[in-house]
Amino acid sequence: MAPEPETMPISVDFLGGLDTLFSNKTSHTISLPLLNPSDSSPANVGFLISYLVKHHLKHPRTEFFVQGDGHLTPGILVLINEADWELEGEEECELKAGDKVVFVSTMHGG
Amino acid sequence: MAPSLCAICKTERAYIKRPKNHAKLCRECFIRVFEDEIHHTITSSKLFYPGEKVAIGASGGKDSTVLASVLKTLNERHGYGLDLVLLSIDEGITGYRDDSLQTVKNNAVQYGMPLTIVGYKELYDWTMDEVVQTIGKKGNCTYCGVFRRQALDRGAKMLGIKHVVTGHNADDVAETVMMNLLRADLSRLSRSTSIVTGDNRSEVKRSKPLKYAYEKEIVLYAFHKKLEYFSTECIYSPEAFRGSARGLIKQLEKVRPSAILDIVRSGEDMARLVPGESPSSCGCKGQKAQAPVAAAVEEGIGGCGSTNGRTPGGEMAALDKQLRENEEYAELEVDVTKTILKPKQGEKETQKELPIRTASAPSKGGRQVLGQCKRCGYMSSQEICQACTLLEGLNKNRPQIQI
Repeated sequence: MAPEPETMPISVDFLGGLDTLFSNKTSHTISLPLLNPSDSSPANVGFLISYLVKHHLKHPRTEFFVQGDGHLTPGILVLINEADWELEGEEECELKAGDKVVFVSTMHGG
Repeated sequence: MAPSLCAICKTERAYIKRPKNHAKLCRECFIRVFEDEIHHTITSSKLFYPGEKVAIGASGGKDSTVLASVLKTLNERHGYGLDLVLLSIDEGITGYRDDSLQTVKNNAVQYGMPLTIVGYKELYDWTMDEVVQTIGKKGNCTYCGVFRRQALDRGAKMLGIKHVVTGHNADDVAETVMMNLLRADLSRLSRSTSIVTGDNRSEVKRSKPLKYAYEKEIVLYAFHKKLEYFSTECIYSPEAFRGSARGLIKQLEKVRPSAILDIVRSGEDMARLVPGESPSSCGCKGQKAQAPVAAAVEEGIGGCGSTNGRTPGGEMAALDKQLRENEEYAELEVDVTKTILKPKQGEKETQKELPIRTASAPSKGGRQVLGQCKRCGYMSSQEICQACTLLEGLNKNRPQIQI
């Protein structure tokens, strides 16, 4: 049996209506593997997104979160420890234990 | 990656990257700049006068929540002297609007603004739940959109208020520009880009102080100011047409964020070419004495613009109607290819005289004349307003009361 991969806790919030895609829960704590198993690179936000889709996205309309190519659907903001992910290298931003990632949809009106 | 410093104060860490100019800002400087730009829009377009009573169309969503917060801040900071109130519409959608109205009620307490809620039930004797029961989900957004427009006017009138501000943002305007281009609706293109709609004859004017504000920045403003807002999708399917326009805008923003404001500006420029319309743009370009206004009655037919497009809805029905109307005008147009085609040999084609468009012929792009609905008395460009036309159809189809 392969040993359990080492993981780190990452806090993930879904706002702006995205919670409906993730078991109607806003705040999650994810045990994210330290390394991306596909290429053994350190876990980054791109890996977190694919991990969330694989293990936590429990909704048939996955296109509200990711597009066919696995990239985040435009119109969703990502904040890494409250900072815009565009300042942090977007998908390339490497994560460390205890980081807080927030996904906010801007698509829902009132 | 080493954190960047704020481009303005150069001391705090940057948390925001602005879509319009890529400036990296800290939280405090971002909030200040965002508010200053709304202030610029308000003053350069001369949106308000001192002592004016203004109703904020409040849905509990991010846009109207941010609008209420910013207007309260600016009113106090710059001494606008505005009397601000919240005006909400209860469409009668169980599990959706009743929840979001709770958010508005909380906002009313937080901002110290009086709140008035007017319901479709009291105005029209129909809730949206009942409308959907009768006509189904398809096309219901058209009803909701038409009713909401008039409901806001009627609510404002009840309060003796002549000015309603709404939370439409730059993304919304860009989206509407795209939609109106796609369906070649010139007069609506013009109205949708105006910052103020409704002229002196109409009883209630509307304006969009967030017209140049990016949706992304509105969401970030709400996030960093920890504003409470409601963000559940309407349970009745949103419209596919607006949904696809919205998707397109978001894709464009990803490639080049300035595209959104560019589309808004292009929409304004194109609107200037529409005969008989007088669109406005940011007043700082012209510094006119008063914000130009465009006649608007049924701007934004077809719903709330909250979308992810699932089933074809009201927009498509409206588009279909528009296309049929266009056909009526088609006979007024000269088809050039017909005049070139020669009749086939042996065929004694009686050449039809081509109708020639005269100056008095109705022009589709022209200004609509504001009058009053003969039935309900509210402003309308037709004899019977859209709301009354829709109600007539609904009332004919009201389900028989079960005994």
